[in-house]
Amino acid sequence: MTELQKTPARAAAPAGGGEPYLSVRDLRIHFDTDDGLVRSVDGVSFDLAKGRTLGIVGESGSGKSVTSLGIMGLHRSKRARITGEIRLDGEDLVAAGPDRVRELRGREMAMIFQDPLTAMHPYYTVGQQIVEAYRVHHPQATKKQARARAVEMLDRVGIPQPDRRVDDYPHQFSGGMRQRAMIAMALVNDPSLLIADEPTTALDVTVQAQILDLIRDLQEEFGSAVIIITHDLGVVAELADDILVMYGGKCVERGPAETLFDSPEHPYTWGLLGSMPRLDRELQERLVPVKGTPPSLINVPSGCAFHPRCPYAALTGGRSTEETPGLTEVAPGHHAACHLALSERHRIFTEEIAPRL
Amino acid sequence: MTDTQAATIPAPAPAPDRQPLLRVTGLTRHFPIHSGLMRRQTGAVRAVDGIDFTVNAGETLGVVGESGCGKSTMGRLVTRLDEPTAGKIEFEGTDITHLGVGAMRPLRRDIQMIFQDPYSSLNPRHTVGTIVGAPFRLQKAEPEGGVKKAVQELLELCGLSPEHYNRYPHEFSGGQRQRIGIARALALRPRMIVADEPVSALDVSIQAQVVNLLDDLQRELGLTYLIIAHDLSVVRHVSDRVAVMYLGKIVEIADRDSLYRAPMHPYTTALMSAVPVPDPRRRQSGGRERILLKGDVPSPINPPSGCRFRTRCWKAQEICATQEPPLVAATAGHQVACHFPENAVTGDGARASA
Repeated sequence: MTELQKTPARAAAPAGGGEPYLSVRDLRIHFDTDDGLVRSVDGVSFDLAKGRTLGIVGESGSGKSVTSLGIMGLHRSKRARITGEIRLDGEDLVAAGPDRVRELRGREMAMIFQDPLTAMHPYYTVGQQIVEAYRVHHPQATKKQARARAVEMLDRVGIPQPDRRVDDYPHQFSGGMRQRAMIAMALVNDPSLLIADEPTTALDVTVQAQILDLIRDLQEEFGSAVIIITHDLGVVAELADDILVMYGGKCVERGPAETLFDSPEHPYTWGLLGSMPRLDRELQERLVPVKGTPPSLINVPSGCAFHPRCPYAALTGGRSTEETPGLTEVAPGHHAACHLALSERHRIFTEEIAPRL
Repeated sequence: MTDTQAATIPAPAPAPDRQPLLRVTGLTRHFPIHSGLMRRQTGAVRAVDGIDFTVNAGETLGVVGESGCGKSTMGRLVTRLDEPTAGKIEFEGTDITHLGVGAMRPLRRDIQMIFQDPYSSLNPRHTVGTIVGAPFRLQKAEPEGGVKKAVQELLELCGLSPEHYNRYPHEFSGGQRQRIGIARALALRPRMIVADEPVSALDVSIQAQVVNLLDDLQRELGLTYLIIAHDLSVVRHVSDRVAVMYLGKIVEIADRDSLYRAPMHPYTTALMSAVPVPDPRRRQSGGRERILLKGDVPSPINPPSGCRFRTRCWKAQEICATQEPPLVAATAGHQVACHFPENAVTGDGARASA
């Protein structure tokens, strides 16, 4: 991602109206390890306005969680090398000191983790943990006020008998209720940015539907910006306004949810859509998997990171193995990073991919 | 497109005249709860509470349900990794319910298992060759051409390279590890494979590879599968027949097409409507009718009286609390345990009125 891409990205952003609340520019997060430099996130840019939801999709190891932890400032600075810009309401978080980020974390931005059983402390009651989150940012609040606030939040996220359950320990909650409690904890300070990292992956479908509903309702109520990270395209389709597809630490495609599902541009996105069995379609005899395995982030393939798995790599005349494709705008707000000529891509999509989806 | 698809979809294994490979009747597993000073039994977790089903040779039975519904316990009972409290398991007409470890051993050649987590089901200190060759050693089987050759053939069959023989599990990705697990299960040419969530730990793109592999192996080797999974779309893809479990009971069992087209049990309907659909338009048009089940699955220690689903069911009436609905055939090949089954049509009418 070069300077070139920044301009169209900025221009495309204000779909939600006005300055984006969160603006990430050329974010790179690299880790030094004994085996070499791991390029977990390698030049990711996006904008997110309040009231909008961004879905980040990708396989494990594509850098989606690292991105979100980077925004939250949760990487140890010794090991992680973070460059680029993360602007939250105009303030650059990469340049800001850890103390400043700690002030913002929990108040302006909050996170819901995948596994509520490991994310919550088993030794403290659910109430104590929510109270702590509240009092850190409201030092003037009394214990009583904080407790009342905790009960109110538990009630808001749909926990029955919140005044009694507030004194329960996490293990006394079921999986779905624990996730609700974690959402309550994240929202206790009315954050403007909520990051949900695989919020429903550990849950059953029926509970997943409840939680997705809850996140949607809460967003409407609080008008916050939401980032939802998941590997499940069904979940993003439920929630997201915009979608960012990550592969090998880079953004390979980005666009409004509908466009991305209707006319995906990147062969990797085609692969993801094609490999998924779907209940809303006629049964296919065979799934069409993406061949091979996700790349190692230490030895990212040269050129386009997807080329060893891409069935159309040969059509680029060798460019895909040598040159890293940049994100280019293919339709308003819809960007893709692929060397295939636009006409060629559209032909492949309409002739070969679309009938299979 | 639809025509070609219809033509290529393998017909659900017919042959109702054949004797089922596996027949399970009244299978029950209660885990006792002990408490107090004397460690007396004070209750039981009714993980599996009286289920009946059959699996015919060459077909795939998919079992779906939420976590805690007893589907994994059922899998462990069928493979005799766990001792049933009551009921009967017949494999090819032989009663294997209470066979001892020694008596069970010859049958282990015929029934194998694939586990969910490819990270914990392979011994990290053993090479791939040792892992996949273990069944030969344990069964004292001498494959033609030696164990090494047989293992390498198995690896190739499962889409791995024979050179992987001397490598260790940590050198492989999740999808490859699952292939190693599958190769191990296939070593003794089993008749039936019980797969407990075989793809749920894998990425979407890899998931499809493994699903296709299972498919190919079934066709090539004539395997019979019992696939346990929570993902309804995967189960639809792999199964010929599908059983839906709720709180230790089978609430519905039917041919795949008939179950997915016209689910009869309200729980099945709710389960299907909860699956997120990768189509943002549906959300925007507001045209989706989703049944949101309230609350969580009740505890299997004290399951609700009568129909176990009644506490979350929108159709529940008095009779549901007093009388347990039996699993009966509503139409040919479609059994359901409900007092008020959904219409045999897509269930749309019933949903609207509810």
